[in-house]
Amino acid sequence: MDMLLLLFTFVLAIFLGVELIVKVPSQLHTPLMSGANAISGITIVGALLASGAAGNDTLSTILGVLAVTCASINVVGGYLVTNRMLSMFKSKEGGK
Amino acid sequence: MPQSIVAVAYIIAAIFFIFGLKMLSKPTTAVRGNMVSAIGMLIAVIVTLLHRDVVTYHWIIFGVLVGSTIGAVAATRVPMTSMPEFVALFNGTGGIASLFVGWFEFHNSTGEYAVRIAAGEVSYIAIIATFLAVLIGGVTFTGSLIAYGKLSEKLNSRPLLFTGQQIVNALVLIAIVLIGIIFVVSPDASLVQVLFLVAIALSFVLGVLVTIPIGGADMPVVISLLNSYSGLAACAAGFVIGNTVLIVSGSLVGASGMILTSIMCKAMNRSLSNVLFSGFGAAAGSTADAGTEQGEVKPITVQDAYYILEAAGSVVFVPGYGMAVAQAQHAVRELGELLEANGAEVSYAIHPVAGRMPGHMNVLLAEANVPYEQLAEPDDINPTISNVDVCIVIGANDVVNPAARDDESSSIYGMPIINVDHARTCFVLKRSMASGFAGIQNPLFFKENTRMLFGDAKASITALVAEFKDS
Repeated sequence: MDMLLLLFTFVLAIFLGVELIVKVPSQLHTPLMSGANAISGITIVGALLASGAAGNDTLSTILGVLAVTCASINVVGGYLVTNRMLSMFKSKEGGK
Repeated sequence: MPQSIVAVAYIIAAIFFIFGLKMLSKPTTAVRGNMVSAIGMLIAVIVTLLHRDVVTYHWIIFGVLVGSTIGAVAATRVPMTSMPEFVALFNGTGGIASLFVGWFEFHNSTGEYAVRIAAGEVSYIAIIATFLAVLIGGVTFTGSLIAYGKLSEKLNSRPLLFTGQQIVNALVLIAIVLIGIIFVVSPDASLVQVLFLVAIALSFVLGVLVTIPIGGADMPVVISLLNSYSGLAACAAGFVIGNTVLIVSGSLVGASGMILTSIMCKAMNRSLSNVLFSGFGAAAGSTADAGTEQGEVKPITVQDAYYILEAAGSVVFVPGYGMAVAQAQHAVRELGELLEANGAEVSYAIHPVAGRMPGHMNVLLAEANVPYEQLAEPDDINPTISNVDVCIVIGANDVVNPAARDDESSSIYGMPIINVDHARTCFVLKRSMASGFAGIQNPLFFKENTRMLFGDAKASITALVAEFKDS
């Protein structure tokens, strides 16, 4: 794909990210951070493409497996821990 | 599966992430927001597995199983009090994963760069991105490990400084930039190969170097920054493989981390470079700015504190890292409930940098079942604090130090604080008269309306709870 288009996407996404986050109340800073962290595990897509590629040599296989493993820790751990934290935030009425 | 479907699925995944993040910003929608974001991730993973370039699955299955198990076990077992260090660790795994992706791509195209650039197959942006993915990934990884060590007290949480530190950092940075330039322009495949490995090593070193000089109380800034890096590393990996969903999601995380970083810095009235390079609090103790208004400290007994609280119509708790250390959050909530039952209005004023990560105190109090409506920011509390009968400061120090407001010579002057000294009475729960992280004396302790309740925070609160129950 055209690299400049990717660069364009990148710049727009940064601005979007800023707009999305800038008003988060400080109460939720920790879950926001760990939730965002889980999203950064999106690198798992790159890891899967690497690990699943045809004709990997030994080093490639090792790198691919390590990438998939680490990204999976990030994704699964990140979402679960965020969920755990968020489900503790309760309103006075007992709802969520 | 046709590639256009894959591309569309990635767009859908990105939309899920965007909505997920948006919903994370309100307590009422946050849990669902996290789910939405997780579904986005699931979509991205599934279509990738159906991607035409993915042909072998056994290693993928192995990696996903191992990684998910580790992640799931860690996420469900970790106690809430260890959350700061685990968030740091999860950051680190994301960073190193991006490093591996970059390395993989590099390994599978070594030496062809020059040829492929000439042929117009690879752009400079992709090569620079490979370098950056590895670099940022490496820094995030070792930086997070050091942060983990410091937060879990496995390493000394005081800033570690040595002479010539700035020079060493600068040299490492210059070396990395130089290697980067050669890496991008050099046609010599074997040289590039070596330089690449050196760059990985240097990125690890840099991650350690930039994190060791940072003290415990500045950790909220560092965690936010590493959070941002982990996103940017994923983003760089996206450029490497030309994948939009990585770029979009990575940038979202990068941006959110940057905003948190800037919020944390503002809450301390310090610039990012000051936090990163000054080794704040390193010389604590020896340079304690002698408080201008020393005077007599007025201790109070639990019994007397109880009488005052019993008559109070409004009470504000101000927790700090000391509450986390003493594990006093449950006792605090119990006392809060008793006070409410007694007719007092109770709230919790939480400074953005209280604790060791952004929002640390909020998580602990939420764990103890304090409803989130009672968790207030300084700006909500300060305007009306002079009408508050009792402020109870639990293990917080610098964030309630009036010197930040009044004393221009103080090193924390200008930092926004919670004006607990303006309340009618202020209880300070403290183990001893030691100074806070910044190493400066706190004039609050000597104010006319301040009473010191010495001892372990949890023991003191529990004793107060007992007084209420006995009456």
